[in-house]
Amino acid sequence: MRSDWPLYEVFVRGKRGLNHVHVGSLHAADDEMALHHARDLYTRRNEGVSIWVVKAADITASSPDEKDPFFAPSADKVYRHPTFYDIPDDVPHM
Amino acid sequence: MTATMPDLEQQFEQTIERDQRIEPRDWVPEAYRTTMIRMIAQHAHSEIIGMQPEGNWITRAPSLRRKAILLAKVQDEAGHGLYLYSAAETLGADRGELTAKLIAGKQKYSSIFNYPTLTFADVGVIGWLVDGAAICNQVPLCRSSYGPYARAMIRICKEESFHQRQGYELLMTMMRGTEEQRRMVQDATNRWWWPSLMMFGPPDADSSHTAQSMAWKVKRHTNDELRQRFVDMTVPQAEALGVTLPDPHLRWNAEREHYDFGDIDWSEFKQVVSGNGPCNAQRIAHRRKAHEDGAWVREAAAAHAAKLRERTA
Ligand SMILES: [Fe+2]
Ligand SMILES: [Fe+2]
Repeated sequence: MRSDWPLYEVFVRGKRGLNHVHVGSLHAADDEMALHHARDLYTRRNEGVSIWVVKAADITASSPDEKDPFFAPSADKVYRHPTFYDIPDDVPHM
Repeated sequence: MTATMPDLEQQFEQTIERDQRIEPRDWVPEAYRTTMIRMIAQHAHSEIIGMQPEGNWITRAPSLRRKAILLAKVQDEAGHGLYLYSAAETLGADRGELTAKLIAGKQKYSSIFNYPTLTFADVGVIGWLVDGAAICNQVPLCRSSYGPYARAMIRICKEESFHQRQGYELLMTMMRGTEEQRRMVQDATNRWWWPSLMMFGPPDADSSHTAQSMAWKVKRHTNDELRQRFVDMTVPQAEALGVTLPDPHLRWNAEREHYDFGDIDWSEFKQVVSGNGPCNAQRIAHRRKAHEDGAWVREAAAAHAAKLRERTA
């Protein structure tokens, strides 16, 4: 019988108003145990108000070797940035 | 699109040069991967084995306050070990295998934890000197080139400050106590001072890994630099506490603007590292027993999880 527990990635919301942020991983037999372990391991000092755990195997990630082609479209659209537009200095609140 | 080897290597070098972090799944040279795994695993093992010397005093802490503090500290060390195993896993290491290597004596941990804790003053001196030396080592590692390691170190360093301060406060309390208590503090200081200096590793001239680790920005300072920094920080703390550091050669050097200190007995260090310290066998045996005694719990939890999965499938 397999006694190796699967790997879970842990995300913690530091306080209300903030996103969940990845903090690390841990092993647990099931989802509920993962949540308890995450609380003990990553929030011993009020580091969080909410925790997500997800099996590492269930995460789909972009691959590092295709990083240029994958993200390239976001670099060549300068008109998506406010600095692309020339507005005279004397126009207020822009 | 497939990148060629020289491309990948160049990308790796550039990332390091620009002081950016290497992240999991980035291409890295095999030697970088094995160095990082070795370094992180040794560090993780040190945190885990490091629970034992102080854990020895939890049931005999002199007050509920001291017991609660010590429990929290030892629990933190377990946490540090787990953050680090988690970082090692991002490099493809297997956690179970790392534990297996530790209890087979195939991977090292810090030699400091092979010394016994003879009195409760040792708990204070460990917090002050051993955690103090660990902080000196770890603060620069928060900028280590491997992202998950650097992030684990940031988390760890935040917690270490409590460790050092609780130890120092414990010692101040004892120093205000009886003559006997003051003697205990001095005795513990005498026993832990030199091993603490050895925590920074062999002198730069004999350190086999330092040059490569510095080039990869895995390490940011040499062993001797960090050791000097620790001595300079600790001398005034010892004065404030009213204990004498057991080194007749320790004195301020106005020219260097550092404290000079005596020669370290590296033959003792080599003995302890190679397994002949006072507690090496005991530390490993204890870790092995805990691992083996816990096997049925791990299996039962896995069986329970499998049953639940079946029921909901
Ligand atoms: Fe620690
Ligand atoms: Fe610590």
